[in-house]
Amino acid sequence: MTPSFEQTSPDAKPVFLVERDEAVAVARKLKNDPRWQMDFCSCVTAVDYLKEDYIEVVYHLYSVALKHGPVVLKIRAPRDLAQCEVPSLTPVWRGCEFQEREAYDLFGVRFTGHPDLRRILMWDEFKDHPLRKDYIPPQDYEWEPTPHGEVLTRAKAQGGTIPPSAVVEVKK
Amino acid sequence: MEMTDDGLKSELQKQGVFVVPVEFLYNWSRKSSIWPLQFGLACCAIEMIASAAARYDLARFGAEVFRATPRQADLMIVAGTVTKKMAPQVVRLWNQMPEPKYCIAMGACAISGGPFKDGYNVLKGIDRYIPVDVHIPGCPPRPEAFIHAIMTLQRKIEQDHLHRMRCYNKESPAEYPIPAYGEHDLEPPANPEVWQPPKDYRDVTLDEVKRG
Repeated sequence: MTPSFEQTSPDAKPVFLVERDEAVAVARKLKNDPRWQMDFCSCVTAVDYLKEDYIEVVYHLYSVALKHGPVVLKIRAPRDLAQCEVPSLTPVWRGCEFQEREAYDLFGVRFTGHPDLRRILMWDEFKDHPLRKDYIPPQDYEWEPTPHGEVLTRAKAQGGTIPPSAVVEVKK
Repeated sequence: MEMTDDGLKSELQKQGVFVVPVEFLYNWSRKSSIWPLQFGLACCAIEMIASAAARYDLARFGAEVFRATPRQADLMIVAGTVTKKMAPQVVRLWNQMPEPKYCIAMGACAISGGPFKDGYNVLKGIDRYIPVDVHIPGCPPRPEAFIHAIMTLQRKIEQDHLHRMRCYNKESPAEYPIPAYGEHDLEPPANPEVWQPPKDYRDVTLDEVKRG
């Protein structure tokens, strides 16, 4: 059982980039191997790589028994919502449950084998995944006394109440 | 007040008889027993709790009886960040409070969304859905600022006229519409009867200023 690709982070902590179909096996190996004993999954999150067109789910693992870590486990999935699927590691580390729900809520990553995959932060009727790079927030920005940059652009798009004279050139 | 001259009033006071308008008595009793609704949404609530505790002692202002039910509360203190997921519940609680009722928006988040204004999940001010009587700026405001807001509210209650109060006006809404969870945002994103986007003063021409 070897991960398909291995790399090392700048602080010399091991990072495993594993294929989706191998993820559960690698996770079990890391947890049960007496040399690793990664018994604690402290963080599950995801990173959206818009240009590279994939979403990377990142697990940070520690060993309480051997007092070492973190070991980082990464799994990549296509950005396309229909295919954005990775195996859930909740059966391996029970504490992943809510954090995987959060990643599902905010990134739209579906975790197959998750016991209770629902939104956890946003409401159930919500359709978007706000931490994706291509998320468009609702246009409820109001005019501010000092509009500038992106806020100015949004305020313009919302109501067009900003006259051209309001655009102040910033002198460098 | 005008019905009795000062000499007679003073003479009556010596006998322990105080002559005041009913309105004064009504407002005085209300302002001296403001019962806030007991709920907090974020860190501002900690300052609110500190104000009610021994050191700042909100009991001096008769506002220490925090009620755990909206049915017994006069004052809603929106203390903290109102997330879009929480906003319908806050409006529902406001609807469940009996009139006359007042609202304090405590801290930057409750006023405008504060540091989370650019976020997708935070309501940009509770005044988009319910009428706010007193705003307290601060992040979070100190207990002194909170007490100042209570005193400001007391002055406001003092000046209420029975025939001009919101709750005795047939035109004023009995209930405020509760926003629904939409697919992308709350629906509607604001109650237009309560809140309108601020007007850009640079759009106002000089002629309009002169006309008032």
